[in-house]
Amino acid sequence: MSALLLTVLATSIPLLLAATGELITERSGVLNLGVEGMMLMGAVAALAAVLYTGNPYTGILTGALAGMAAALIFAFFAVTLMTNQVATGLALTIFATGFSGLAGAPLVGKTAASLPPLSIPLLDQIPIIGELFFHQDILFYMAFALIMATSLFLRNSRGGMILRAVGDNHDSAHALGYSVQKVRWMAVAFGGICAGLGGAYIPLVLTPHWSEGMTAGRGWIALALVVFASWIPYRIVIGALIFGGITIMQLAGQARGWAVPSQVLSMLPYLATILALVLMSMRSSSSFITVPACLGKPFHPGN
Amino acid sequence: MIKLSPRTNPSPWLSVLSPVIAIIATLVMGALIFTLLGYNAGESLYQFFISPLSRLDRISDLVVKACPLIIIALGLVFCYRANIWNIGAEGQFILGALAAGAFALQFPDTTSPLLLPMMVLVAMIAGAAWAAIAALCKTLFNANEILVTLMLSYVAALLIDVMVRGPLRDPMAFGFPLTPMYPDAGLITRMPIPGVGYLGQLHYGVLIAFILAPIAWWLMHRTLPGFQVRVIGSAPRAGRFAGFSSVRTTIGVLLFSGAMAGLAGMIEVSANIGQLQPNVSFGYGFTAIIVAFLARLNPLGVIAAGLLIAMAELGGDNAQIALGIPKVVTGLFKGILLFFLLAGATLQHYKIEWASRKARS
Repeated sequence: MSALLLTVLATSIPLLLAATGELITERSGVLNLGVEGMMLMGAVAALAAVLYTGNPYTGILTGALAGMAAALIFAFFAVTLMTNQVATGLALTIFATGFSGLAGAPLVGKTAASLPPLSIPLLDQIPIIGELFFHQDILFYMAFALIMATSLFLRNSRGGMILRAVGDNHDSAHALGYSVQKVRWMAVAFGGICAGLGGAYIPLVLTPHWSEGMTAGRGWIALALVVFASWIPYRIVIGALIFGGITIMQLAGQARGWAVPSQVLSMLPYLATILALVLMSMRSSSSFITVPACLGKPFHPGN
Repeated sequence: MIKLSPRTNPSPWLSVLSPVIAIIATLVMGALIFTLLGYNAGESLYQFFISPLSRLDRISDLVVKACPLIIIALGLVFCYRANIWNIGAEGQFILGALAAGAFALQFPDTTSPLLLPMMVLVAMIAGAAWAAIAALCKTLFNANEILVTLMLSYVAALLIDVMVRGPLRDPMAFGFPLTPMYPDAGLITRMPIPGVGYLGQLHYGVLIAFILAPIAWWLMHRTLPGFQVRVIGSAPRAGRFAGFSSVRTTIGVLLFSGAMAGLAGMIEVSANIGQLQPNVSFGYGFTAIIVAFLARLNPLGVIAAGLLIAMAELGGDNAQIALGIPKVVTGLFKGILLFFLLAGATLQHYKIEWASRKARS
């Protein structure tokens, strides 16, 4: 049972990381649909670094940098040149799918070292919980620390307030003297770092070898998770665990030979995403939901 | 520091020129990337962009490849003009192919000339129905259509896989995941060119693509529904004052683009494959998004844009065979081209100035 829960937790980490980054990006008023692409860049960069150095920790750094580099391309077009954000995000995913496929071609068939689990003394002795939460790899701890940090940042810090102001009313934020463009560049870059880390987690922990498009739609599910979480960080954890659970349930179902075609089980995560979107969007008229008011709207600083 | 200042009167020739500039910039980037990767840039670009035009039968293959892209993009143009982001044409394409195939296989012995038109109808309904799910989620529950259409594409790919391996599989196919061949009445035949004869895979389906484009242009620019789409997309407030329903527009453009994608799926299979297999699309639904943008969301521009993107696709195959360049490079090109096209749209309305920090304050 705890082995099953462990895999559920592990499958949800890439979603958790990528969705947290995208949440910050969207809170600044920018919709970056390139999450899938940034994750692929992170995955291929992480794997290449680990194969080259033999040290799995280098993959964390290169994954984050590659995700950020991809995000900065997006920021240049969507923030500075004010291109259509939806189309620019698509362009990034198409570009990154091609780029990662090209960069990953020499890596095919090679297996990289995985991130080792690190035990936290004493806490890892707690029955079940110890094994689940305190005998994990470093990215796992980082993911949960990141959720707490973004939650505190958004609610209790000056920077968080500026970020929300830019996302909710960029004209007022501009009038108050904040640089809307600068804040958005940083928010997009942060989103890229997180997506890169989420992508890096896939080869570093889940499947230690390269295959084209290995993120398999996780970036898109992360985007849906942000809506599911209604732009509140800790709700991402709930959503990510549900999706991790559904993915594992599907694998377990295949392994146990349920009398359902495996393809039908494979549809579950995608159908669940649609269901979650519908359920959460239905409530969007209530105060429960905090959609950033300027989401997707480009800003021109004027003269 | 880059600074954008609005152009007081956007010049009309820029709207024609900016896609051309974007294409040239993409070629330059492409040459750069090839050189960095250690390939001969001139030879690579030749394989990508000249070799597909080097022989008559290759040109006809180009048109065949462009056919589904053009038909799908014609539907997407309406969506994007209305600010509805259907990015799941891939799924609607698959559903069209699947439904038309399942229908044709019910009549293995028919010779009726009605079969083909019925398949067209079934495919369009199936594509529209798949898009209708997103339309309902959007209009009833306000669920984001980008994510719903995309998720439905993944579901559609799995659905055709399970159908072809299960209920529709040909028992005589030696375990291969293939359906039986369609009856001849359900196939689209090759089209002879007067005085030349048959050319490559050129088939009658491409005629439909070339006929639909001007019809779509007429629909968009000369009819009330087209006008509503354009107004709702560019000035939603004005649209509301005029009494145009954004809900009806949303449903309309999604159903229309779904039907077009479904039609494209049916034509692709009936003309080129003749039976269903787990993979009937090769990313046509996604590639058509770029075609729509390259055409600057103008239905007539879709023909040229579709041909150009098809050229890059075939060129990617040629480059892989001739020079061993991985096929994914085509995706790289498509992404870069889309970036530059979008930047071009900005340049039409803004001038770029390089301002120093001092001058800015």
